Amino acid sequence: MHPLLGQLRRLLLYLIAWIPLAALLAYLLSITHQLGIEEALALAIPLCLFYAFVCLSAWYPCRSTPIDRVELEKLLATHVGGALVASGLWVFAAWVLAWILASSIFAFRGLNERLYSELPVVFVTGVLLYLLSVFFYYVLIAVEASQKAEARVMQMSILAREAELRALKAQVNPHFLFNSLNSISALTSSDPSKAREMCILLGDFLRRTLGLGEKSAIPLEEEMSLIHAFLAVEKTRYGARLHMEENIAKDALAVDVPPLLLQPLVENAISHGIANLIDGGWIHLDIGCEGGSVSIVVENLFDPEAPARRRNGVGLANVRQRLQARYGNRATFDAKGEGDRFRVAITLPAAKPTEKEVAAR
Amino acid sequence: MSSEPTRKIRAVIVDDEELARQILREFLSSHPEIEIVTECANGFEAVKAVAEIKPDLVFLDIQMPKLDGFEVLELIGNETAVVFVTAHDNFAIRAFEVHAVDYLMKPVGAGRFEAALQRAKERLEGKAPSNAASAADLAAAARPPAQYLERIPVRDGARVFIIPVAKLDYVEAQDDYVALASDGKKHLKQQTIASLETALDPSRFLRVHRSYIVNLERVAKIEPYSKDSHVAVLTTGAQLPVSRAGYARLREFLDR
Repeated sequence: MHPLLGQLRRLLLYLIAWIPLAALLAYLLSITHQLGIEEALALAIPLCLFYAFVCLSAWYPCRSTPIDRVELEKLLATHVGGALVASGLWVFAAWVLAWILASSIFAFRGLNERLYSELPVVFVTGVLLYLLSVFFYYVLIAVEASQKAEARVMQMSILAREAELRALKAQVNPHFLFNSLNSISALTSSDPSKAREMCILLGDFLRRTLGLGEKSAIPLEEEMSLIHAFLAVEKTRYGARLHMEENIAKDALAVDVPPLLLQPLVENAISHGIANLIDGGWIHLDIGCEGGSVSIVVENLFDPEAPARRRNGVGLANVRQRLQARYGNRATFDAKGEGDRFRVAITLPAAKPTEKEVAAR
Repeated sequence: MSSEPTRKIRAVIVDDEELARQILREFLSSHPEIEIVTECANGFEAVKAVAEIKPDLVFLDIQMPKLDGFEVLELIGNETAVVFVTAHDNFAIRAFEVHAVDYLMKPVGAGRFEAALQRAKERLEGKAPSNAASAADLAAAARPPAQYLERIPVRDGARVFIIPVAKLDYVEAQDDYVALASDGKKHLKQQTIASLETALDPSRFLRVHRSYIVNLERVAKIEPYSKDSHVAVLTTGAQLPVSRAGYARLREFLDR
């Protein structure tokens, strides 16, 4: 696809760029006083219009001989050859035009004879202009290639980020699984029915998380039932050490949220909060819905002097990144510890699902 | 074979989860030669129990309230055989570097548990405690790279103190021990000053003398003492000798 012929606007700009070239040619023709200025202009303007289109064809050899992949000799041969042919054509056109003007307009009589001495000037100008267009096209090709490469890099980084988010989202913390299985293993002999119950709870939680990575949004109600399944399993492990209190506005339950956004916060509150407290502690989950936005607060007790844990902050960083990637400035995320309390506060736009999204589920 | 009754192996189980302790208890119930003397639900209790009871064998969880398993091991010394029990696989190398007998992964299988017990018995019969280095020195060597100490656990009898490094004024070498000066008190810990030096962040702590490491934030001024030596005066009023090499290091740090 020719970069200039394809678009009328670009073609017009290109032709406008030839106006000073036409003026330059007229000046060169009249400089030896063989031709009058009117004669020079009458020749130069139509000639440049014609040559502008001839030079458009320079794009094709440029495209077929990429500057970085063809050896210099071939490159020179192609373009110098092209320039000589194009300029030859131009000189012939100049001679024909001069003959027509001389024979049809009285004031220009003898123009064709007087032009003879100027034809070398026309030829050299033609060669230079053709080579200039070759240069122009190579620049254009390079610019387009770099834009394409940039777009591709951008595209790749977006894809990579999406894939990463999907992976993080779908990931169940393996240590949660290992610890739960260890608890079940302990219960099989001491309390078989409890062991079975825990198997079912764990199965329930895993089933709910499966496939969530594919979805881009779920109603908050669904996220909450996922959290309840998770808490039921953790409750078996931590027993009385774990207290969870919820205060959720009714109209928030129908709001769409990214899946597995809150579960990592609760998991975090347990593994970095409750798990480090000898006598356990509470987790408060407050969800409100006001003025088109949902506010979520997870607060828990923690031991500020607890030994550092490896995964610290990864869960929170993930939630922050996902909010940022999805809502940009329309969502806020704030996490801080004060005294023995750790508090994560999130606000995000309250989007009710569209019918299309409901159908897609 | 001698017929005298062999002494039972005295074991302690440390885990903050009741169910995790329960399964170890169950595995041990078929071993009459082993007596579970106590169970602990956190690191403090564990250090206290080991100091008072001096058991032969400890089953130790790693992630626990107050003190983690490595800090517990550091404080109880290497008289006791330790088997780590954890859901995390990323501590295994560190565990063997601090001479743990074995490293069990949750969920714990009976077969794997028996193998660990066997190893523990061999270690106890061989009675070859790794006396070459103190537990704290081993722990310092096993510290994950590019991560400096944030806190130093210290034991005094059955009591445990945690010294955040920001509150550490200076360290003084005393034979096989180091004295940690913090909040006007000195805490003794069995560790060499060289191994503690490598565990501390070099941008915050500097070895100013063969026997002294100083917290750079505490240095108020440096005064000449004799022809070849200086003395560092701390904001707490303490005065530490500064060797010629130490003075050069200090100057290099201050000029930066």
